[in-house]
Formats: sequence, C-alpha cells, structure tokens
Amino acid sequence: MSEATGPSSISDFHESLRSRSTTVEQVVSSYLERMALSRSLCAYLSEFAGQSLERARELDECLSREGLDRLLERSPLFGVPVAIKDNIHVRGERTTCASRFLENYRAPFDATCVARLRDSGAVFLGKTNLDEFAMGGSGENSAFGPTAHPLQKERVPGGSSSGSAVAVAADLALAALGSDTGGSIRLPASFCGIAGLKPTYGRVSRFGLVAFGSSLDQVGPMARNVSDLAGIYRAIEGHDPRDATSARIAPSGSGPSLSSEGRPLRIGVPAEFFVEGLDPEVKSTIDRVLERLRASGATLVPLSLPNLVHSIPVYYVIATAEASSNLSRYDGVRFGVRSEAAMQAESLEAFYEEARALFGREVKRRILLGSFVLSAGYHDAYYRKACQVRRLIAEEFTRAFEQVDVIAGPVAPGTAFRRGALERSPLQMYLNDLYTIPANLAGLPALSVPIGADSTGLPIGLQLIGRPFDENGLLQAGLDVEALR
Amino acid sequence: MSVLDFEAVIGLEVHCQLSTRSKIFCSCPASPPAGVSVSSLQPNQNVCEVCCGHPGALPVMNAEAVRLAVRAGLAVGSRIRQASVFARKNYFYPDLPKGYQISQYDSAICEGGVVEIEVDGARKQARLRRIHLEEDAGKSVHEFGVTLVNLNRAGVPLIEIVGEPDLRTPEEAGDYLRELHAIVTTLGITDGNMQEGNFRCDANVSIRRKGSSPFGTRVEIKNVNSFRFVEKAIAFEIQRQVAVLSAGKVVVQETRLYDPQKDQTFSMRTKEEAEDYRYFPDPDLLPIVVPENWIEEERRAIPELPAQKRDRYRKDYLLPAQDTRLLTSSREWMQFFESVMASFVSTLPVDAFAKAAANLISGELSRLSHEAGLALESARVTPIHVARLVELLLGNQLSSTAAKKVLQLAWSSGDSVDVIVAREGLIQQNDAGALEPLVSAVLSENPQAVEELCSGKEKVLGFLVGLVMKKSKGRANPALIQDLIRKAVAATTQLES
Repeated sequence: MSEATGPSSISDFHESLRSRSTTVEQVVSSYLERMALSRSLCAYLSEFAGQSLERARELDECLSREGLDRLLERSPLFGVPVAIKDNIHVRGERTTCASRFLENYRAPFDATCVARLRDSGAVFLGKTNLDEFAMGGSGENSAFGPTAHPLQKERVPGGSSSGSAVAVAADLALAALGSDTGGSIRLPASFCGIAGLKPTYGRVSRFGLVAFGSSLDQVGPMARNVSDLAGIYRAIEGHDPRDATSARIAPSGSGPSLSSEGRPLRIGVPAEFFVEGLDPEVKSTIDRVLERLRASGATLVPLSLPNLVHSIPVYYVIATAEASSNLSRYDGVRFGVRSEAAMQAESLEAFYEEARALFGREVKRRILLGSFVLSAGYHDAYYRKACQVRRLIAEEFTRAFEQVDVIAGPVAPGTAFRRGALERSPLQMYLNDLYTIPANLAGLPALSVPIGADSTGLPIGLQLIGRPFDENGLLQAGLDVEALR
Repeated sequence: MSVLDFEAVIGLEVHCQLSTRSKIFCSCPASPPAGVSVSSLQPNQNVCEVCCGHPGALPVMNAEAVRLAVRAGLAVGSRIRQASVFARKNYFYPDLPKGYQISQYDSAICEGGVVEIEVDGARKQARLRRIHLEEDAGKSVHEFGVTLVNLNRAGVPLIEIVGEPDLRTPEEAGDYLRELHAIVTTLGITDGNMQEGNFRCDANVSIRRKGSSPFGTRVEIKNVNSFRFVEKAIAFEIQRQVAVLSAGKVVVQETRLYDPQKDQTFSMRTKEEAEDYRYFPDPDLLPIVVPENWIEEERRAIPELPAQKRDRYRKDYLLPAQDTRLLTSSREWMQFFESVMASFVSTLPVDAFAKAAANLISGELSRLSHEAGLALESARVTPIHVARLVELLLGNQLSSTAAKKVLQLAWSSGDSVDVIVAREGLIQQNDAGALEPLVSAVLSENPQAVEELCSGKEKVLGFLVGLVMKKSKGRANPALIQDLIRKAVAATTQLES
C-alpha cells in the first residue's frame, strides 16, 4: 500500500521505519507513483524506478537483520529517497545536463558526492531537470522542456536546479542535490519554498559534477527544512583527493549541536541588498523576520559593501570565460551525440560547426561571451579586471565578517516570475542573480530559508551568507530563522 | 646580396617527455611497461575519464612530474619559482580531448638558465627563457580515408624548454640540441627517444643584416625530431629567407613544417590564421608550490653532468674532444663507458685503455645496438666484455678485426670474450715464422699489386694486408703483416736490381 504523501522530514521518515509503520520499499514506491503522476512538471529527466525499488528492498532486508539505530550509526541517510540534478554523475545512468548534446551520455563513474550519499544509505529516485549545463535562473532553458512551478504552473520554479527544487517542493523526493554557480541552488529553493545550501567553495568535491564555472561551482543539498539540509550536507562534505580544489580542512562533522539555543547572533544587513528593484513584499517579509530575530536576542549590524554593485558584470565575465573553455570538450569526437550533419561534414571546421550546433541559445550566448572576454586584446580589460574586482569583493566580505556572524538579505528581487517573462531580455534575467552571485564570487557558504509567501501565495526566501567553512554556524542561524515560523 | 651579408637568429623550443610512471593529471601509465614499444600498445589502451576529457572528470597534479621539472631547471641553472600556475591553452583539434591543453603561460616553474655549447673551440652560453610543465595531446592517425584518434599520449607530462634567440648557425642549433639532450638524459628525467617524439623541437628562425641589431621577422619550424633534420631545416630556412629578402620581398611571419625527403620547409599557417589561445589560469588546479626540501633533494639527485664529464675525460683519460662529445651524448653510452672504465687494470696506460674502449663503444657496439634497435642497457654485451676486449687489444693478443667479430658473437650469444676467442681460435698470430708462408702466397698470387706497390702506390698495401688477414682467418697481427710484406717486397726489388 502506498501513501498519498511522503514523510515530512528525514527524522519523520526514520521514525516511521522505527515504528515499523512503513518500509523503505513502500516509501520509495509511493515517491515513484507520485513522480509518474507529476510528469507534467518536468521535474525529472530520468526516473530510476527499477534500481531504486531493488535498492529499497535490499535496505529493508538490512533493516530486518540489524535494526534501524545500528544502521543509522554508519548510514545516517538510511533509506532516504533523494533526487540528483542531471549534471551530477550517477554511475551507469544518463547525465544529460539537459542538453541535446549529451542526450545519450552515460556517466562512467559516480560523482564523489553521489558515492558518499550512496555510502550513507540514500536511495536515488532519478535525475532532475535543469537549465542546460546549469546556465540559467528560471529552469526554462532545458532542451527537454521547461520545469513548471509546483504551485502555479505558468510560473518558473527558478534555476538552474529547477527539477531538484520542484521534486522536493512537490513531494517527489525527500531531498535533492543541486549545484550552485551563481545562485542555482538558492534561487529555485526560494521560489519553491524549500531550503537550499551552497557550501563554501572547496567544501564539497566537484569530482563528477559537470563543470560550468569551475572556480564558482559547488554541489549542495536542497531539502524541506534546515535539519534535513544539514543531514545531506554532512554526508557529502569533506576533502576528496580527486578534486584539487577540494579543501584540506577537517569536515564540520557533527560540530556544535544544531539545537536552536545559542549565543546571540550578530546579523549583518548590507544597505546594497535593500535598494530599488527589490519587490516591496519581499522586502517587508525580510524586514519582519529580521525584526523578530532582533527581538529574540540577535543583533542587527548595518553594513555597507559598495563593491557588490559590480557583482553581476564580474560574474558574467568570469563564469562565461570558464564556461567557454569547459564546454570545449563537447566536440562530438569521443562522446555525446554526433549529428548526421556533423557526420557529413567536409572539413574539420564544418564538423565542429555542426557538432556544436546542438547547444541551446543561452549556452551559445555564454560560450561566445566567454570566448570574447578571453580573446587577445580584450583579456586584460575584461577577464583580468574582473578577477581583480572579484578579489575586492571577497576582501569586503572578509572585513564585514570581523563584525558579524552572518549576512542576511534577499535571495532574489522578487518571487517566481511568469514563464517567458524574461525570455527576450537576457540582461533582466542576469539581474535576477544580483543577490546570490556575491557568495559564489567570494567562495562563501550561503543558505536560502523559506520565510513566507507573497499575497499570491508564492514563497519568499531569506538568504544567509556565512564565514568561509562555517557551515555549522550558518545552518544554526538557518534553524533560528526556521524556529520563528 | 648573399648569405654572407646576413646573420641568422635562432631560438629553439624543446618538448621533452618526462619519464614519470603515470600521466601528469591522472593515474594512467605514462608509457608502456619496460621492454614494450609504444607501437605495440593497443590504441587508447592507457586512457581514463580524466585524459579522455569526460565531463565531470578533474585533473590532479602528479608530484613526480614537478620534481623532474625542478631537477631539469636546477641542472641548467634556472630559478625555481616557489609558486607557479597552470593555464589553459584553448584550441580545437580532435586529438586534444578537453579542447584545451593544460600548460603554463605567464608563470612557469623554472625561469632563466643556460646551456653551454662549444663554438670554434670557445665556450658559448645559450640562455634559456624558461622551462614549463604541460600535458601532451593525443595522436591523430589518418588512414583508410578516415581520421582516428589515439589518446595513449594524451596527458603524458612534458617540459617545454624555451631558449632565448642566442643561436646563430644551424650547427650551433644542432650542438645546443645535442647538449640539451645529453643533459636531460643524464638527469634521468626522460628516455630522450626522438623517434617516438619524446624529445622534439620547434625552431624559430629569422635573419638580419650583419651588424644590424633589430630582429627580422620570425618563422617557426614545427616538430622536428632529429638533430640532423634540425640543422638541415634551419639551413634551408636561412637560405630561403635570404632569397626572399634579396628579391626585395618581405619574410612573412608564419609556421612552417620541414619535409626531410625534399629537404625543404613549407608553409603550414600564416600569422593571420594563427589561433588565439585565450590563455587563462586553470581553475581546476591550485598553484604548484615547490617545497624547499624538494629543491634540496632534487639538487642532490643531479648526477655529474655531460660538460663535467667531458672535462674529466679530457683531463684524466686524455680523450680527444670528438670522443668525449660522443660518449656524453647519451646516458646509456656514458654509463656503459664508465662501467668499462671501472674495470680498468692499472698495468695498462689509462689513456690507451679509454681510447680503445671509446672506439669500440662508438664504433661496432653502437652499430650493433642501432641495427638491433636495442638499448645498450638491455643488450647481452656488457661492459665486462668490452673491458676484456680492450685488454686483449692492448696486449696485442687480438686484432681489431677479431675484436669486432667477438663483439658480434657476444651480441647474439652473450658468451664471455675468452670463451668466444678460444672457440673461434681468434688469438692474434704474432709469430712471423707462421705468417711468412701466407704473405709469400698472397704476393705470388697478386703480381700486379706487388708491381704497383714497388712503383710507390702505397694504397695497395692495405689491400694486400687484407688478403693475408683473410687467409689467417682474421688472426694475424696486421702491423706484423705490413712489416712482412714490406720486407718481402724490398727483398724482391733488391734482387731485381
């Protein structure tokens, strides 16, 4: 017998296993049923029906042999049904990156974060939709169809981790992995009313994550609440010898307890985050939450981070430069789709032209932009300059964190917008990343927590940015915010 | 205007494969197992998701490659950068899996340095600009009307040794390249195999009027993989550029290729068609930080270098320059020679011993090893064979013809020199009484030659000596035969007059 709804949290799920009121198989199969009924949302690009049920049955056998509590000691995510963004490798399964080019590509290995989830006992339900190669903020740039917002289908769920956000929000997975280069976890989390964490750059291995902007990309968890977020995060964090940029720093481990009692929190509020262009409903909701935090003992510290205004141009120079190079490998020589036209090409140049014609518009736009900013004669004015300003932004944050524990602000200027609304204006679309980009540029951990909804019922998120490698402190602050609800 | 009115300005860029066990950014073997040739590897046998450029794969630096690059830098007096950076060189080619090559751009691991060569008996310092680390690309094979890609080579570590434009003639360029080859092979950081392309060079050549200081327009000749070809390619290119300028035209900045069959260079692409490599620091890799103790360890790992060895051979063994250069031109010859010298016995003059050993190694032995395509290290002939042969030669117990024969037999069987000499009865015949009948037989069979000799044609002497040697089955002492022939001929002449 399957349930109409899934468990509300990881601990709720484990409690029902402990009380034997359900089995892993029952829970997984109920997710699979809902996934099948919700295909119109276009949240998943592939569903692992057979594999996940088989895995669930194996886990149920372990459960009957060993008992849940012993299993949880070594597998804290025992049986947890998780969705994986389709730019992260699950061995033997397709990794399409929502691109025609990789439509037939099967991952030859597990991403490190996936292997770690597997070791922690998670069950993979499938691979989720995204903006092609994680390039986009709306979830509309998928070659396999746009992901729909679960509450209002004519609206976008946010991107690029659109499918992962929708899967969690629409009860199609208990938690999910996303990736965040300029807000791709936090933005859809905020639009869909769930929690999302972009860890510190270097905290989670990028091995097996298909690269977009290598100096900005981070894998992170998306879940219904901050405790679940922490649970997934702990499973995937930590040094990986296969990623040279993964930090050789002790994992946060269980760290300070995630209880809601704690020291008085100093919350920085940058003036640059609350300027014209911010939706008044979003602003007032955030103001209210900050006020309640203050009332419950936190200190609000006004900040000025003047270099933040340069974030968008700096980001779109650096991210596209790296992307133009990262996407060069999609040439149709060794893997991926080699179109009929490419096969007929008369010259090498014509071959490349045809093979690389499979990219979508946004991907092409970014490859062109990135090639331009790196090209001879423009490199210094764009790429080099952007790297310098990036350093200034990071330094500004370092100084700010001498006075505060976390920095608070919006995740996006507004709530979920209508599908197609920004289609003709890439620049307007890029401006949507204004609040999320600085954390990527500075490599800082950042969190999106749901704090309410606008008058039409669309969710609003609060962004919290933490000190480098202080995910514990950041998650603690997230719990504090969540406790206000 | 003639060639003599111009001066060439030459700078070489040398790519040298480092002999690490694994590739530079993954754990695939960098080369086939010992004793297996590259060509007998299956295509795409040594590949993985990293060196094939699969999405999601990441490079991880091979520390051994860093150490070998540091060793190279220290040996030529480079400054080792405490932290250097990998950069991506972006271009499209089917055998470049990622669409970019990981290399170093504005921050190389080694800066500066010097390679010393000899020009007209004087020492000349050719400066280095830098040595940087990079990965090799794969190989495109064009056959059956299609292009196939073999990625066994992709990701193999290379150093690129960039020389300043300090060289002035094709011969200087050849000497520079030979010296550099001797240095890197002596250091043990590469096998230096030029046929396999493990040591190859690009030559930048321009010409200018003698006495003028600005450089002319530079032409790059790509991928030349033999010392001789480098000299010939540069010589051709200088002639070509002189002809262009003499005809009142201008040299075009371009990349050219050398065709050894036609002994010509031809244009590959002009400056306008040149790629914009869009270099930028590789965000997947941290800066290479060289720990202080590595520098000390690598400094200690540097053996006696070819220049030092040459000095020592000259001083201690009185070997002529030509021999010292030959012996130090590769690590295997040098090691072999030194092992031979290690079994030197003090009753013999050391310079004669060294000279005889040098002759055997650079003569018959190198011919055998070249013919068999087998390195001296893995040959059945050992330094002990050569040392014993030298003893017998210097003791007049073996003719040099017989010595060659012994070497040939030892090459195929591995038997000891004494066993072969005894079996083949090759001990030199120094007994004049036993040789006289052979001499008179040869002289009576060749009256015309004798006549020519009498009339002063000395060349015939060698011919007659050879015939006697043949009759003695190589055992006769040639110097003795020569004496006997002269005596016999002199006697005849006296009788006749």
